[in-house]
Amino acid sequence: MAWTRDQMAARAATELRDGFYVNLGIGIPTLVANYIPTGMQVTLQSENGMLGMGPFPTEDEIDADLINAGKQTITELASSSYFSSADSFAMIRGGHIDLSILGAMQVAANGDLANWMVPGKMVKGMGGAMDLVAGVKRVVVVMEHSEKSGAPKLLTACTLPLTGQKVVDLVVTELGVFSVDRGKSPLTLLELAPDVTLDEIRARTGAPFEVAKAAA
Amino acid sequence: MASKLQKTAADALAGVLFDGMTIMAGGFGLCGIPENLIAAIRAAGVKDLTVVSNNCGVDDFGLGILLAGGQIRKMISSYVGENKLFAELYLSGQLELEFNPQGTLAERIRAGGAGIPAFFTKTGVGTLVAEGKEVREFDGELYVMERGLTADLSIVKAYRGDHEGNLVYRRTARNFNPMMATAGKVTIAEVEELCVTGQLDKDNIHTPGIYVDRIFKGAVFEKRIEQRTVRKPEEVSSLGKVGA
Repeated sequence: MAWTRDQMAARAATELRDGFYVNLGIGIPTLVANYIPTGMQVTLQSENGMLGMGPFPTEDEIDADLINAGKQTITELASSSYFSSADSFAMIRGGHIDLSILGAMQVAANGDLANWMVPGKMVKGMGGAMDLVAGVKRVVVVMEHSEKSGAPKLLTACTLPLTGQKVVDLVVTELGVFSVDRGKSPLTLLELAPDVTLDEIRARTGAPFEVAKAAA
Repeated sequence: MASKLQKTAADALAGVLFDGMTIMAGGFGLCGIPENLIAAIRAAGVKDLTVVSNNCGVDDFGLGILLAGGQIRKMISSYVGENKLFAELYLSGQLELEFNPQGTLAERIRAGGAGIPAFFTKTGVGTLVAEGKEVREFDGELYVMERGLTADLSIVKAYRGDHEGNLVYRRTARNFNPMMATAGKVTIAEVEELCVTGQLDKDNIHTPGIYVDRIFKGAVFEKRIEQRTVRKPEEVSSLGKVGA
């Protein structure tokens, strides 16, 4: 059985380490915050200018001046700090953030990532994604394995405009987990979701991959 | 020296606006936007504007009202996904758009205000963003050259300010406001609380008054919220165990 969104988030959360400063993207990556192991200290960065992001507020705590990068209302912690967007991206670009977990439209075998634009269709913008993948030490993608049409999202080469070249280290989908050797090919399949077969994941993956012993 | 203090947004904008000008507007989403100044620019009717702002408001609030008024010719932003009218105008060719990665946008503005004409960044190498720009190798890595950015006018919003133009922002409403305050030929600040000079803690001024030409207390702050997300009081946290 394929993993649920929450199970994918829980798997991505095993990439967290004590003391990490982490930036979580919108969607499934946000759920990763629910699976930080007890006793582990992880500081969440929000690129609009905050370190130490707290939980959503109660109705009484809502503050229009306190939002995350997804424009959701949030709260602060005793350890929180606020800063400008320039300072925020100095942290990101300067390599001070340990881990970025974000969504993707396509990932290539060499670690190329596309997640911001569909030509002629989507006019939204890249936000902070290009800065995050260029500057953060380790980049984990959490995404659906295939498009709604069934087309694979793990490819030999991305067909959509890139967010970054050779930037992805690990990909978690509902079918399994792949590691990426940046700039090289193939991928390595590290884990399969329960009851997902090698044949099934092979049929739905558009990129070459080897199979790690643990997944074989 | 003439006083920086103004009574209203319209007073503060007197003699500053002209068609075809470039305006920087602080804020992230609807958080920390100079809503009084945006409304006054809407009322003034100035047009063919190039607007530099991380986002473009929503359809009926923030910079979205300048779009609706047909006043914006070009936007320089990192993300405009909250605005349906934006997509319509862009896809029909009525609006120019320059997407900048958010950190590159912030740094271009910081550099512009600091007298730095260009800088190199890893962000965007090998993407559409780098097309037509110089790419140079430093220490074995590729970087793309980005230009500093300035504006004819910067409009910013702070929580508190004094008669000298010293500003203090609150929580995540700071965002792009401090850099934009440095990068405008003219910078106008609207504040929620206008303090007498000397009242603000001098060790904790976020924007020193030298960058601010005019300041006024905003008449109304709607401070609209885009995504109202809450947890019930009995839940420890719906964002998880963060900080628990």
